[in-house]
Amino acid sequence: MANTVTLTVNGKTVTREVEERTLLVHFLRETLGLTGTHVGCDTSQCGACVVHVDGRSVKSCTTLAVQVDGASVTTIEGLAAADGTLHPMQAAFREHHGLQCGFCTPGMVMSAVDLVRENPTPSEKDVREGLEGNICRCTGYHNIVKAVLTGAEAMRSGSDAKIAAE
Amino acid sequence: MANPSGIGASVRRREDKRFLTGSGTYTDDINRPGQTFACMVRSPHAHAAIRGIDTAAALAMPGVVAIYTGADMAADNVNGLPCGWLIHNKDGSPMKEPPHFPLARDRARHVGDTVAVVIAETREQAKDAAEALVIDYEERPAVASAVKALEPGAALVHDDVPGNLCYDWHLGDKAATDAAFAQAAHVTTLDLVNNRLVPNAMEPRAAIGEYDRATGEHTLYTTSQNPHVIRLLMGAFVLGIPEHKLRVVAPDVGGGFGSKIFHYAEEAIVTWAAKKVGRPIKWTAERSESFLTDAHGRDHVSRAELALDKDGNFLALRVHTVANMGAYLSTFASSIPTYLYATLLAGQYKTPAIYAEVKAAFTHTTPVDAYRGAGRPEACFLIERIVDKAAIELGIDKAELRRRNFVPKEAMPYQTPVALQYDTGDFAKNLEMALPVVDYAGLAQRKTDAKARGKLRGIGFATYIEACGIAPSNIAGALGARAGLYESAEVRFHPTGSVTVFTGSHSHGQGHETTFAQLVADRFGLPIENIEIVHGDTNKVPFGMGTYGSRSLAVGGSALVKAMDKVERKAKKIAAHLMEAAEADIEVKDGKFSVAGTDKAVTIGEIALAAYVPHNYPLEELEPGLDEQAFYDPKNFTYPNGCHVCEVEIDPETGVTEVVAFTAVDDFGRVINPLIVEGQVHGGIVQGIGQALLENCVYDDETGQLVTGSYMDYCMPRADDVPSFTVQYHEDQPCTHNPLGVKGCGEAGTIGASAAVINAVVDALAEYGVTHIDMPATPQKIWQIVRQATPAMAAE
Repeated sequence: MANTVTLTVNGKTVTREVEERTLLVHFLRETLGLTGTHVGCDTSQCGACVVHVDGRSVKSCTTLAVQVDGASVTTIEGLAAADGTLHPMQAAFREHHGLQCGFCTPGMVMSAVDLVRENPTPSEKDVREGLEGNICRCTGYHNIVKAVLTGAEAMRSGSDAKIAAE
Repeated sequence: MANPSGIGASVRRREDKRFLTGSGTYTDDINRPGQTFACMVRSPHAHAAIRGIDTAAALAMPGVVAIYTGADMAADNVNGLPCGWLIHNKDGSPMKEPPHFPLARDRARHVGDTVAVVIAETREQAKDAAEALVIDYEERPAVASAVKALEPGAALVHDDVPGNLCYDWHLGDKAATDAAFAQAAHVTTLDLVNNRLVPNAMEPRAAIGEYDRATGEHTLYTTSQNPHVIRLLMGAFVLGIPEHKLRVVAPDVGGGFGSKIFHYAEEAIVTWAAKKVGRPIKWTAERSESFLTDAHGRDHVSRAELALDKDGNFLALRVHTVANMGAYLSTFASSIPTYLYATLLAGQYKTPAIYAEVKAAFTHTTPVDAYRGAGRPEACFLIERIVDKAAIELGIDKAELRRRNFVPKEAMPYQTPVALQYDTGDFAKNLEMALPVVDYAGLAQRKTDAKARGKLRGIGFATYIEACGIAPSNIAGALGARAGLYESAEVRFHPTGSVTVFTGSHSHGQGHETTFAQLVADRFGLPIENIEIVHGDTNKVPFGMGTYGSRSLAVGGSALVKAMDKVERKAKKIAAHLMEAAEADIEVKDGKFSVAGTDKAVTIGEIALAAYVPHNYPLEELEPGLDEQAFYDPKNFTYPNGCHVCEVEIDPETGVTEVVAFTAVDDFGRVINPLIVEGQVHGGIVQGIGQALLENCVYDDETGQLVTGSYMDYCMPRADDVPSFTVQYHEDQPCTHNPLGVKGCGEAGTIGASAAVINAVVDALAEYGVTHIDMPATPQKIWQIVRQATPAMAAE
């Protein structure tokens, strides 16, 4: 049965018909074509699908589109500045080689941004525990942790993390 | 000044921006006009006869386009999925290769075996209709354990494979080994299990099949590490599509770790069915399907015996291994417990006699094939565990026993008793570099300190060697390989001096778009922005064998160097013409072609322009254009090696093991991008720690059901399970037989880590009389050991 939902996605208002069972992640990927948000599991464990709903990180694979009617959703596509300047967390991931295959990366970055919002001065232990809901198979987490600590610092100082020239 | 993007620079990855902004294009991100969706219908039974499939109710469901079964594929003469390596038995007879049809015919042989495909307008409609399919199964007895499968009376996986024995193979000199054992002062024996793992690349497999009626061309988009190999296997062996009518695209791929090397049933199903329904078909695995159908890794049961003299010198090693193949032979399954395992059993040691016997068994489980390390972690685990046990039994320091038996670097090149010839390696140096970093001298104090805090501290070493870039093709062919093992590269200079490189290697996290571009930037003095690396599309790249076995830089990078050599040779001739000099007088440095002893010079950009606008050009001698292609077939494997050291603390109250430090000292030959190399090591280490402490693929022995079928049951390493690492390398021992001197770094961490962790756990538990613990060393297992040992110790 079709339902109408209206939500703000990356600053734009969208209204669409959805099935009741449509997951937010499928709504984003298939209805809106925002394929940066990924599906890595079917048990809400891996975190590849993390987006922000009203500023808080949620796993969009276990959220129904109809549940977020009226909400504001930010996906990885909406994190960088309008002029393309990377968010400090994105820049820190690049600087510290915090990604390899890139599949877990959007969810990892969205989780990291929310982690720093909740705790602006995390320790290494805080970061490791805070990212417990995001699985990465490539990096061994070493460089992700470095990136999040750097990203947190950059977010605190309001400046962009340095991006080394290629 | 050296090129800031050249060899040895930690260039930040060029691929990162698209992944960090959600602009990557993975297979499931692609949608084709008119696309339909496939749901694979999978057997819920480990072993069952398929007596009939009633499609009527499902076909009547909304949105259903078509339903196909094994009978439909049989009617179209679709063949089975081939195995790429023929192993011969001890008696010279060939291994058993029962057919592996993409859609099962008559019999399902593991939980998840594909029995039918439902194609519908939407994914949800396909899933709904799949549930309405009526399949009449007659359940049969199943066997999941390879050891039990080889026992008399075990349920048969294939009626024409007696005793479930795929092959009974051996390597080495049995008589010399037995003779050495007869004279040994000491024999250490160890029974061990190398537990089955599920690779779990984060991107689930996906495939889109498409057929163009106008051109007769099939296109397959797939999550593959080697699109050309898929084109060859699927086109020539399974579906009978000529290669010029089959395009395979592997776009951004979200990790592979071996599991995306193989040609899978779903690829053939969507390609074949897309022509039948006349529309594109997309299939994307759910994670549960990945657990059931991605080829698994490891699953060995072994007995190892090490013979030593009274001074602790290794005299001989004898190994008996039973390897689980699963229900069918996956693409490279047969080669993993043979030529990628037994050939590595010398490790870093000068053991003079080695004999290995390997029996491979079919079972009612998911096929097993290469998973990061592929045979080499199994070899390293066995060697490094038995060496540790021997050190304990003989009362020799564990570092010292290794040192005493290392192949000295002066002995290189070194012919092992198990077929390989190591070209370089300074194993003592790796160890001596590691010891101060891990403060080996301070270990006793750290153990005492831990004890005071109620913890048990232990250290574990793993000194590993691996063989990467499997080659050369003619020798591999003589040993049963059914494919070449070279790589191709094309270097295309454009008229304005920018470059496109087409490589047959495939990047799915390894950063080739950066590293390969560094090679070109370094060679021709170009800014890296002017270089594009293209991979993953059979219609763009001439040919390729893909990425696996840490081969990309050693083989693919070498092909690129060969193509650049050709470019340079032609460019020199053009430069000589442009500057009216003799070709012999042209000197080349950083992309500048100058006439010796003069200030006359032209850049590669000017040469490229002259090549495409040949107004002042030696047209009688040279063709226009600057576009060269090369194939490189390696002369030998490369041999990365290193010393990995793990330190753990165990809480005896809970059995929980904490990895408190992990140090890796590696020899990868020459390093092109240190940042990327270290990242590869980090990731590899965590996969090794995962196997040692967390991950385990479990089948129910009675029913053959997969017990660990999701992330709820299969324990993936998470950020709070591991520490940060100390990673060092030296470049003293470059590979001697490829032009870059590189060895490969993709699997090293995984090969060394599991042995180092378990050695550390055993060391920590030494006071409880523990001499071995099977992986994973879970808190429950350790807690039981501690509980069972405590009363006896208290009574002492």
